[in-house]
Amino acid sequence: MDILIKDGYIYDPANRREGNFDILVSCGKIKTVAKKIKAQASKVIDARGKVILPGLIDMHAHLREPGREDAETIETGLSAALSGGFTGVCAMPNTEPCCHNQEVAEFLLKKAQVLGKANLYPIGAITKNREGKELSEMSELKNAGCVAISDDGNSVKDTAIMRRALEYAHMLDMPVISHCEDTDLSADGVMHEGYISTEMGMKGMPAVSESTIVARDLQLAEFTGARIHIAHVSCKESLDLIRAAKAKGIRVTSETCPHYLVLTDETVKSFDSNFKMNPPLRTEEDMKALRAALKDGTIDVISTDHAPHIESEKDVEFNYAPFGIIGFETAVAVISTDIVSKNIITWNDVAEVMSNHPAHILGLDKGSLGEGSDADITIIDPDEEWVYKRDEIKSKSKNSPFIGRKFKGRVKHTIVNGDIFPI
Amino acid sequence: MATTTLLNTQKKESRWGMTKKNVIWKRKDLLGLEDLSADEIALILDAAKSFKEVSTRKVKKVPTLRGKTIVSLFFEPSTRTRISFELAAKRLSADTIGITANSSSVLKGETLKDTAKNIEAMNVDVVILRHSTPGAPHLLAKVLGPSIINAGDGAHEHPTQGLLDLFTIKEKKGTLKNLKVSIIGDIAHSRVARSNIWGLKKMGADVTVCGPSTLMPVGIERMGVKVTNDLDQAIEGADVLNVLRIQVERQKKGLLPSIREYINLFGINRQRLKNAKDDMLIMHPGPINRGVELTPDVADGPCSVILEQVANGIAVRMAVLFLVTGGKE
Repeated sequence: MDILIKDGYIYDPANRREGNFDILVSCGKIKTVAKKIKAQASKVIDARGKVILPGLIDMHAHLREPGREDAETIETGLSAALSGGFTGVCAMPNTEPCCHNQEVAEFLLKKAQVLGKANLYPIGAITKNREGKELSEMSELKNAGCVAISDDGNSVKDTAIMRRALEYAHMLDMPVISHCEDTDLSADGVMHEGYISTEMGMKGMPAVSESTIVARDLQLAEFTGARIHIAHVSCKESLDLIRAAKAKGIRVTSETCPHYLVLTDETVKSFDSNFKMNPPLRTEEDMKALRAALKDGTIDVISTDHAPHIESEKDVEFNYAPFGIIGFETAVAVISTDIVSKNIITWNDVAEVMSNHPAHILGLDKGSLGEGSDADITIIDPDEEWVYKRDEIKSKSKNSPFIGRKFKGRVKHTIVNGDIFPI
Repeated sequence: MATTTLLNTQKKESRWGMTKKNVIWKRKDLLGLEDLSADEIALILDAAKSFKEVSTRKVKKVPTLRGKTIVSLFFEPSTRTRISFELAAKRLSADTIGITANSSSVLKGETLKDTAKNIEAMNVDVVILRHSTPGAPHLLAKVLGPSIINAGDGAHEHPTQGLLDLFTIKEKKGTLKNLKVSIIGDIAHSRVARSNIWGLKKMGADVTVCGPSTLMPVGIERMGVKVTNDLDQAIEGADVLNVLRIQVERQKKGLLPSIREYINLFGINRQRLKNAKDDMLIMHPGPINRGVELTPDVADGPCSVILEQVANGIAVRMAVLFLVTGGKE
């Protein structure tokens, strides 16, 4: 099927192209990008006033399958991702069984292929069962299609194991994605440790429990020469370390999530467990530092950390609720409403941090609107105002702090390998 | 009607309270002192003054809450608070049922919300909740029709304890305004400290918190209190010392080197009180670790109002039950 996208405003940092162009998609590839294309197409999209980005790639998501299909499945997860404008999703390995061998990786890829929705990129575990004890078979994981390794949710506690993991991953040229948390410092914590946790009498997770491991992992990356990607950075202290490491030439990239850019620990005063995630929402100062870091390039990627949990597990006393929120369907809207509209970054920057950079870090031939590229395209109406309603959530779980929120900016179409998914 | 009598008594004794304003109690629940205004706190204290007399009668009962059902749901062990609420309810002629449950039963199956919904279905009027998790009563207040009274939620708040402390101080000193109150001990884990701080600050008192740095929560000074690690400084010039219970487990968690060292630095004995004001009050929310935070001679000494706090607890809880079930002034 040929698709002609007429007169949209294109942001394509990979090809240094920005402006009003037509795009002709044919046989799953971008055939032509030019002003006023005259061609027959079975589907024509009038994209006047719309923002056209290279297909968004979420570097950090949890699809829950295999193991917790009650909370999310590959099918519901990828549908939700498409709805949110993501053409590609990285699935973190904290499933049951864990993605630490080729069987699980192959299962994920096969299932995603049959579904024909968004692209799925499995992330393998650093260590077997994510226990931090023995390295997983990374070469096998890579051959099976894993694009990176991570013990997501668990920090590799043993510094020697982390060193060997970095060395081994370096040999295979795989990035290591690190969830940085000193679990002794954050033990029993349920929110950021600061004035608000003091007021509420809640056990805190101090910012230093994150930054202390960021510092360690940066040192190890420098020592081994390996590539490290710091997952979901939440605090100023980590940013200062990453900024300094980049200046020094250490091969580090980093990500944050929409919620850390727009919410603070003050929200926990509602006792609503949809404000409970790990790392926790931190202070306004941290939020501002993250915005500045996004602007100055210290933060390379915005990921969602989409973490579905069923209502009966989440709708309990704050201490007992699991960490995490869903994010596929609100990421673009949050970034549009609170970040792009407030001139913190531009849509061109969004194309970089949500498509081009993730593709580059993961070694994917994606993130480009150049002629001949895979036709992965996200079309956004930057002006549409809408309210995020619980009943319209595509994800199987509904644990979002943004329900009821009014947004400006909405994904209209997501095109994956030339297949169009209307919203 | 006893209610009317009580209200009349209250009016006659208005000198006890602040200058009379027409404060009306509108709240369904009592979740914490953070949410209350100074006027609302004064209203409770005024009402408690009236109710205190009931417990001294030969027949310690008024029909105020006749026909009301009150359920106390204690997910944490408690003797004093549970009995105090139960007596308060009974002296108001309410029907009471107490349920104690292990919080682990929540993890086993029924959620707190389900438990509470079931209780609601039995048409109760008030649920008194003690729970180890901050915000548990707030969660119930959002979904339940009956009034919720927070009887302690983790280290967050213990509003009736705060109120009975305020009541005791006011009864002894006549006012709370400009009084110097020092709270001593494990501030980080104490809901009593937090409710006291909110209540005392709203009523115009000057609050100092004192304890080891490992038990002092981050940013506590933003609650409007002075912070010190020096016990002598906290005692000097203080009108009230509110001494908190220190839990022996804190040593195992690496928060204290030893109880012995804690006693040396923060234990209150007669010697440490030599520079204290003569009329300084010693308070403690109980249960006391005798010889740890207080030596027996101080706990039982002339400055101690610890047992009066216990007696006042009933009056304050009667007042709270009366107000949340619709008592109006």
